[in-house]
Amino acid sequence: MKVNVKYFGQVAEAAGKTEEKLELEKGASLKEFKLKQIKQYQIPDPDSVQIAVNQDLVDDKELTEGDEIAFLPPFAGG
Amino acid sequence: MMRYDRQIQLDSIGVSGQEKLQKASVLIVGVGGLGCPAAQYLAGAGVGRIGLMDHDRVSLSNLHRQILFTEADIGRPKAFVAAEKLGGLNSEIQIDTIEEALTITNAETIFRSYDIILDGTDNFEIKYLINDACILTGKTWVYASIFKNEGQLSVFNFQDGPSYRCLFPKTTRENISCEATGVLGVTAGLLGVLQAVEVLKLILGIGEVLAGKLKVLNSLSGQYQVLKITKRPEEIDQIYKSGIQPVKLECKLADESRIYLDIREEFEQPKLDSEKVIKIPLSQLDERLWEIPKEEEVLVFCQSGKRSRKIVDLLNSEYGFKNLKNVEGGIDNIISKESEANHSNASKTERI
Repeated sequence: MKVNVKYFGQVAEAAGKTEEKLELEKGASLKEFKLKQIKQYQIPDPDSVQIAVNQDLVDDKELTEGDEIAFLPPFAGG
Repeated sequence: MMRYDRQIQLDSIGVSGQEKLQKASVLIVGVGGLGCPAAQYLAGAGVGRIGLMDHDRVSLSNLHRQILFTEADIGRPKAFVAAEKLGGLNSEIQIDTIEEALTITNAETIFRSYDIILDGTDNFEIKYLINDACILTGKTWVYASIFKNEGQLSVFNFQDGPSYRCLFPKTTRENISCEATGVLGVTAGLLGVLQAVEVLKLILGIGEVLAGKLKVLNSLSGQYQVLKITKRPEEIDQIYKSGIQPVKLECKLADESRIYLDIREEFEQPKLDSEKVIKIPLSQLDERLWEIPKEEEVLVFCQSGKRSRKIVDLLNSEYGFKNLKNVEGGIDNIISKESEANHSNASKTERI
């Protein structure tokens, strides 16, 4: 199944992109996918990164075809 | 009321709306890139009482985004200068200056005397502190943060809605300020103005308040997303139960046999306390160069390795040091991985 992934802040810097389309195994869980991306892009301080699926911030859920997954780290500047 | 004629004409405001503004009070914590533009619009709109809280002084590198200040203000206290300028903009409102840092001790008392809190700060410790104090005093706060060209905006603790801890229950070690990463003045201005919009909506009871949602926007791409925040009642209950929870991040050195120089500013986290670490913030380096040993190799680090690389090059080439070496990749590469693995727990459980 195809998913659309968006990266923000330092996660986008680590990934070197702000968006990508990926092919995942059917029934993949958000938690597993998050871990995979953390490893692949060496996302800094992964515990603080929150994930939204279709604009809903969630801890875990089963992913489905066409999901939009956003990786959101906290920002501090002001 | 001539002053407010153009906004009173709006059906959503009218004379009664203007009276609501006149009776309202807003505390702006941090009069910087976010706080300056927010304060200007709120003063212009006639918010009856505005508190300006900042313990910092104006510096040259503030001017590109903190547009209340001018070159003549450099070195003067921000809260005081801002109050002067805003008083000139609108003499009919009351402006309080609080030239103090927000702390666990003063937060609740100060917050109690205002209706709404606007967060213009630039570090996680204070954002969690604002959050906790707002929960305890029942105040709504308008949050914004910036990372380079991106911004986050939300309204927390509004009508029993989610708090900042519901959005980010685990703090990060990467406390990166605009001073460290760089920021376009307009990005900060954009977010500060959006914060002022949220404050006005809260006071007037009009429009749709950005509560329970996080707006993430990119000033360069022009794109934005609105993400729904799920409330985590356990995070809020914990504050009611135990009071303000200081965010304290600490870590240990992986190799205690070397000598290190930490050039990060005092607010940067995680703290690294060891007798092997000499701490001289970059802002004090000029006066404290003599504290750096010259005989043995000193590993110089900052958050990412960028600032320290510049300093090592400069000190080695122009100040006669031959023993300084940069820690590439920053603090992450010298701290014990054991403490890193435990870090997320540490930041959550270290509740004093």
